[in-house]
Amino acid sequence: MMTDSGMRLALLACALLVGTAPALAQTNSDCLTCHADAGMQNASGHSISVDEHKFGSSIHGVLQCGNCHADIKGYPHPDKIAPVKCATCHTEEAQGLAGSVHSNAAEHPCTSCHGDAHSIYPKTDPKSAVYPLNIPKTCSACHGSEGMAKQHGLASVYPLYIDSIHGFALSKEGLLVAANCMSCHGSHHILSRKDPLSQTNKANVPKTCGNCHAGITADYELGVHGKAIAAGKMDAPVCSDCHTAHAILQPTEAEFRTQSTPICGSCHKEKFSTYRDTFHSQLGALGGYVETARCWDCHGAHDVLPASDPRSPVNQANLVKTCGRCHAGANASFVQYQPHANARNRKLNPALYFIRLFMNLLLASTLTFFVIHTVLWLIRSRYDQIKRKKAEGGNNA
Amino acid sequence: MPDLDRVVDVKNVQGHAEGRFFQRFTRAQRYMHAVLFTTFLGLAGTGLPLRFSQSYWARKFASGVGGFGAILFFHKLCALVLTVAFLIHVKDIIQRGIVNREKGIFWGSTSMVGNWKDVKDLFGHLRWMLGLGPKPQFERYAYWEKFDYWAVFWGMIVIGFSGYAMWFAPFFAHFLPGWALNAVLVIHSEEGLLAILFIFSIHFVNTHLRPDSFPMDMVIFTGVESEEEFKHKRPLEYARMASEGKLESRIGEKPQTWQVNFSRVIGFTAISIGLILLVLTLSAYFGE
Repeated sequence: MMTDSGMRLALLACALLVGTAPALAQTNSDCLTCHADAGMQNASGHSISVDEHKFGSSIHGVLQCGNCHADIKGYPHPDKIAPVKCATCHTEEAQGLAGSVHSNAAEHPCTSCHGDAHSIYPKTDPKSAVYPLNIPKTCSACHGSEGMAKQHGLASVYPLYIDSIHGFALSKEGLLVAANCMSCHGSHHILSRKDPLSQTNKANVPKTCGNCHAGITADYELGVHGKAIAAGKMDAPVCSDCHTAHAILQPTEAEFRTQSTPICGSCHKEKFSTYRDTFHSQLGALGGYVETARCWDCHGAHDVLPASDPRSPVNQANLVKTCGRCHAGANASFVQYQPHANARNRKLNPALYFIRLFMNLLLASTLTFFVIHTVLWLIRSRYDQIKRKKAEGGNNA
Repeated sequence: MPDLDRVVDVKNVQGHAEGRFFQRFTRAQRYMHAVLFTTFLGLAGTGLPLRFSQSYWARKFASGVGGFGAILFFHKLCALVLTVAFLIHVKDIIQRGIVNREKGIFWGSTSMVGNWKDVKDLFGHLRWMLGLGPKPQFERYAYWEKFDYWAVFWGMIVIGFSGYAMWFAPFFAHFLPGWALNAVLVIHSEEGLLAILFIFSIHFVNTHLRPDSFPMDMVIFTGVESEEEFKHKRPLEYARMASEGKLESRIGEKPQTWQVNFSRVIGFTAISIGLILLVLTLSAYFGE
């Protein structure tokens, strides 16, 4: 990162570069003779006043007006002047922007992110619109409104982000290292996630998240999901499939724990269905008991490995330890419990299948017999009662 | 004339104001039934949300009472109380039948144990329902009452054992094979479902809602029934008591109005809770 004095030197060089004349015809004070008037407007009603102090303290404060407004050669100048070309100096940024989702300069002028042209500050300055803690708010000007969704088919992501663990770290804890929009999407060269080069393209997500979560990404790459993605099997989940992209929750929180199993279940359908038959799921589904085992409590979260792998927590050799994390006193017999037993499958779980069959037959036969018995009895009793009442000359009630 | 009104009211209490009342259940038996149905409703109310944990009402109910932590606490509490009641009952049977050698506990007309007459009564009763024969004459406990008793007895052993096996799974794993830990949940939930469906539909109708007892058989609450009811429902027992000259010893006091009203409030509350749970169970079962 450039130091303040370094930046000023660069700006001076810039001024020399763009200075079309050896000496500018006019100084800033000449321009401010008119433009210092706070109420000054152009023909279409936009303010064309410049605050001398604000401009002076801004990153461009050392420049002359004519450095940017290069088409103005003298006074009086034409009513209509050419738009300022930031790209004259900021070539790298302009190149990045060119192929990005924000390439349309009319829709997305530099000022839409960097703020008022006459008071632009370095991104390390808390006053800057692109200071890390200000970025989400800056982006939310567009990406926090429902209008965006209608115009471009993009969800209003700001509310999701700001309530996420990243959003909280940024807005509540004020952490400069907390992920802001730019950390994942980049700044000038933002690409649609459908673009294979995009930082947020599915294939690149583990690397993007790994910019901060390096240890987790290393674990992930060891696991079956990471290996599948690396092999181009794009059905496998990346970080954002489980954690979501914007509304990322603290994984130990009840809310994440309760919503996490259906996420795994969206691919592992059969395993999810058998999990739902068990006590773990029944308890967990009702809330309040968020400690009950979710998929990743047993299988691991990032470095999921097949049960046949000796490093897997659900490998036969590791079960006593894995189950014992919750079930104190778990022994070799206890871990023979099948957390995914399927009582409907005779081949896989014959004992369970026949027990369930017996219980169902018992239930069905008992109820069928007694329902018939009771209905017949009701009809006959009522018939007798009416007959008796008639004989007594009373009414049928 | 407020006095007259009250007399009329008392008359309607059992439909037979005058005449004698006979003791059918002892105070201890009525308390046992009260403990049984209270804990059963508690167990059903806390067990069903678990069995149908994916249903809308189960989640609403759970979040309403403070999550599954609260549900589990009450389920276990009710289970402990019911277990104690069950053990007291078993101890009572052993005391009376084996230690005191009291007659009529394990066999005979007053026993809960089924006999050949019960089989004949069942078929006779079915024939009568279809209009093919005379109504059987019942003794102290009719066959469906014995079935209720043994269904609950068997149910408590099965549901209780499987419940404790889940509660103390690592302990039970010392002498149960691993697959049994899977089986106990299936057994517990299916047997529990059977008990709930049976009690809230069959038992309610057979005992309380059928025309002879409608809207509620008060005898389990007050302990007594009118002579007419006694004769009508259990003619054999009545005749046997009369011939043995023991009828007088069974004469009880006519229940007080407050007793009847109190019993009605309790009884109707229990039946209402049961019927609501029945509807929820059926809706969840068929909605699965």
